[in-house]
Amino acid sequence: MTLAVSILPEQQLAVLNAAYRKAVARKRLRLAAGAGLFIAALIVASIGAEVNLRTFFTYFGNFVSYFDRIFTLDNGQRVWTNFGEWFWGWHKWLKLLAETLLISYVGTLIGAVLAFALNFLAAENTSPAPWLRFAVRRLLEFARTVPGIVFALIFVIAFGLGPMAGVLAIAIHSTGALGKLFSEIVENADMKPVEGIRSTGASWLSCMRFAILPQVSAGYASYALLRFEINVREASVMGFVGAGGIGQELIVAIRKFYYSDVSAILVTIIVTVFLIDITTGWVRGRLFGKEART
Amino acid sequence: MSKRPEVDTAEIRARYPDVFERPAAARLATPAMIVAALAIFVYGLVDLDFSPSRLFNGLSQLGWISMMMIPPDPGSSLPLYLKAMGETLSIALLGTTLAALFALPVSLFAARNVVPSKILRFPVRRFLDSIRGVDTLIWALVWINVVGLGPFAGVLAIAVSDFGAFGKLFSEAIEGADQKQVEGIRASGGSALHEIRFGLLPQVLPVIAGQVLYFIESNTRSATIIGIVGAGGIGLQLAEQIRVLEWQKVSFLILMILVAVAAIDFISSKLRFAIIGRRAVA
Repeated sequence: MTLAVSILPEQQLAVLNAAYRKAVARKRLRLAAGAGLFIAALIVASIGAEVNLRTFFTYFGNFVSYFDRIFTLDNGQRVWTNFGEWFWGWHKWLKLLAETLLISYVGTLIGAVLAFALNFLAAENTSPAPWLRFAVRRLLEFARTVPGIVFALIFVIAFGLGPMAGVLAIAIHSTGALGKLFSEIVENADMKPVEGIRSTGASWLSCMRFAILPQVSAGYASYALLRFEINVREASVMGFVGAGGIGQELIVAIRKFYYSDVSAILVTIIVTVFLIDITTGWVRGRLFGKEART
Repeated sequence: MSKRPEVDTAEIRARYPDVFERPAAARLATPAMIVAALAIFVYGLVDLDFSPSRLFNGLSQLGWISMMMIPPDPGSSLPLYLKAMGETLSIALLGTTLAALFALPVSLFAARNVVPSKILRFPVRRFLDSIRGVDTLIWALVWINVVGLGPFAGVLAIAVSDFGAFGKLFSEAIEGADQKQVEGIRASGGSALHEIRFGLLPQVLPVIAGQVLYFIESNTRSATIIGIVGAGGIGLQLAEQIRVLEWQKVSFLILMILVAVAAIDFISSKLRFAIIGRRAVA
């Protein structure tokens, strides 16, 4: 079998080649310019962030040995040789862990209820008035952008030390995040049922209840569960600023160099986060079928 | 036109009992779940020391605080705050870039279509999961122990915690890539490295670039808070001013953060559209 490849005459080929090279050269130039800008930004940033490679390399051994140290008991043995010694404080830690989970649960629930109340006002297609939508959206944006731990810092002063400040901080942050996600679901909902219900003379509230809510409730629950997962992580550090949960114990252990305690608490947190991830994934799968489990 | 066939309700009823008479378990499931959820909620409120008087006192305190926040005023420390803001942005940019650089090769080992062996993939994935299970703030504390107080610890904290997230996201992007191009490269005699370089990377790089930009955005937020534990940036100033109850400065700092985040949001969404086009941004 022979293969015939037609080759164009020289001059024609030269023109085509030149055009090709020009196109490629332009693309390469743009890429190089972008890369140059990016590297310049990185250099400026590393000066700003006081990056010091020498400290890094001098102390990198510390980082590795830190993990060596946190997995070593006081008597010099590896932690897994003596679980009783490693998790000596399990009673206290489990209690704090339960508190952490409760903080994230109550916070998520309050946040989800508030977001639920606000999201119909923030969605493009259901908002009763443009000024109201604008105001609610800015409010949600504010609640979402200010980090939860900053709220916690302020609430600790207003409400006193303790888990209450953590709950409220998580609640506000969740309101902002969920309010946005919820209103996006509402914006994707089918508007025909709303027209049908409005044509019977129903009020705005009934329209939302009977036309929109049945379409969106599954999506709401899915996002709320996802948020719960995120909030468990968030609640585990609320204790750093005195807002309850296991973070309090962890920061003390890290600051005071109780090495084996650090690893014990970290392992507890990681295992809990795994379990919560798996459980909520399973619940979402059961509730909404496989496609909701992303 | 044919007459509508007679419907034998009894037969249909017998065939689909679930539709006509839902079992009690299915009917009771939703109310039971709601009651359980509420019970845990109430227990939580009691256990976490919620009381109306505390709530009321706190809210009136909060009202006072907000009154004292107006008007926002940096006092004489504006240059200091601007420098801290620059530090925060630097931390976010450097941390994300470092994380992406290290996560790309590792994510290949976590992708099903690159490493078919489950025994090899499993430890890589669990490793990435464990890194993600630890919050950025905790990593910041660990790095402060290693390289000392300051923004450099923040860079490393963000780099490590994002490394976990990127590893997962990148490997998912790689698994979603079209296998045909890889097969084409293999058919023409390319090695495994060629397959990755010419078959996979051109497909996944735009997706990855989009994700990296998105993370720079969200890391601007994370970078504002790691200062609270002493890892540099504007969080340090914020935590200090909250502790000494300088509310006007606090509100000014919060405003600064909001403006900076909005600006980064705007720039990075523009860039993302430029790189991957409007449709790919979900």
